[in-house]
Amino acid sequence: MEGIIKFLQQLINGIHVGSIYALIALGYTMVYGIVQLINFAHGDIIMMGAFIAFISITVLKLPIILVILISVIFCMISGILIEKIAYKPLRNSPRISALITAIGVSLFLENLFMLIFTPNPKPFPNVLKVYQINIGNLQISNLTIITIVVSVILMIGLDFFVKHTKTGKAMRAVSEDQGAAQLMGINVNTTISVTFAIGSALGAIGGILYSIAYPVIDPFMGIMPGLKAFIAAVLGGIGIIPGAMLGGFIMGIAESFTKGYISSQLADAVVFGILILVLSIKPSGIFGKNIKEKV
Amino acid sequence: MLKVNDINVYYGAIHAIKGISFEVNEGEIVTLIGANGAGKTTILHTISGLMKAKTGEISFLNQKIDSIEAHKLLEMGIAHVPEGRRVFAQMTVQENLEMGAFTRKDKKEIEESFESIFAKFPRLKERRKQLAGTLSGGEQQMLAIGRALMSKPKLLLMDEPSMGLAPILVQEIFNIIKEINASGTTVLLVEQNANMALSIAHRAYVLETGKIVLSGNAKDLLGNENVKKAYLG
Repeated sequence: MEGIIKFLQQLINGIHVGSIYALIALGYTMVYGIVQLINFAHGDIIMMGAFIAFISITVLKLPIILVILISVIFCMISGILIEKIAYKPLRNSPRISALITAIGVSLFLENLFMLIFTPNPKPFPNVLKVYQINIGNLQISNLTIITIVVSVILMIGLDFFVKHTKTGKAMRAVSEDQGAAQLMGINVNTTISVTFAIGSALGAIGGILYSIAYPVIDPFMGIMPGLKAFIAAVLGGIGIIPGAMLGGFIMGIAESFTKGYISSQLADAVVFGILILVLSIKPSGIFGKNIKEKV
Repeated sequence: MLKVNDINVYYGAIHAIKGISFEVNEGEIVTLIGANGAGKTTILHTISGLMKAKTGEISFLNQKIDSIEAHKLLEMGIAHVPEGRRVFAQMTVQENLEMGAFTRKDKKEIEESFESIFAKFPRLKERRKQLAGTLSGGEQQMLAIGRALMSKPKLLLMDEPSMGLAPILVQEIFNIIKEINASGTTVLLVEQNANMALSIAHRAYVLETGKIVLSGNAKDLLGNENVKKAYLG
């Protein structure tokens, strides 16, 4: 009985952190889908989201809804600007140039925030009174429930947006064939901006949820969750939205089980090991497919 | 309706289009024929804004269009059926057609366009929920044409619509082009299949390595000894 409880407890913890990874992974995968670029600055969007939330709470003393809103809007604008300034001029260059630029943007943002906020870690304020809900012997915190519910709602919303709205369909069209999309009268630049905005918004929310769960923030905090979310996106099949969601949950659950049953220190190694394993069996990721074009 | 005046187009250092001029009048089917690499596709890409001409001028309905962005030309009435069809393989037939109507707002009119395209291509109606990538080559070509028609174009640019299709389908596609033209859409057709193209076109231009070497009535060109030798086998 105790074994089952422990198992379920770890599973729930895994889904909690996994849903955050999934939110962040969506940003990587959507951007990759539309411009074939691994946006390494996405991890720093998470960090910026957390810092903007931090200021809004401690300095401006705003209510939580406004805090989230400001952080989301700030990250959306940042995402759009990063694309316009750093990536757009390189759209027709070799992909490696854009990739290196993305790493450059990432370093720039980290150092900029280090300059403004110093590299010292800061405690993220308690915006949520965390308490445990007991279901039998199982303990679930309200934070876990909120995180999972918020993430799932956002994912369902995104799925609906991409499948059924005009802009969402345009995003899919641009990600398949930019030239043909232009011939349909779709403004490719606008569509790419929208994609960066949505990815960054999800990243901001992911960053806030992450900071509430692990309440210490610093300018380099985006690196690890960003890297894991990136792996989640690759695991699920980069460019494929449901893949990023599934990949995120797998990462979170694998991490949590390793921490619970093997050792905390091995958690990252196991997570990266899964990536190597999956990619050596199915290099295009879990949902990745190679559709042959008919000529 | 469409006037192309002395355009020069380059791929890097390669001079692909060397001072080409031609025009398309309202109601016509005009065809550009020529061998692979003559520059046919490049001309269409330049008209629809996917490429830019270094010099020269293109005007449509007396308006200069050579500096207008590709995505805005559709609203002016120029639709383009690209070479190799380029349907959105991961989207359904229905969604592909919706993309064709991307610039249109009136839902009722769009619905009417759906009806008229499904009437023209009943096969597309049967497969409207299917992913475009799963269609046969001929069906994909029909979808590419239907998608372009969803914008209700005044001028339809068609790039090699017969490419890779069985002869019976080629005949069907060319009948459809004739129908589209008969219902009031002007057509600029680029083809390697010179025989078929000349048989439905009103006028034709013959291209050779980036230059127009011959032009005239399609019927006359069909009987022209040089054309016969070079293109009609």
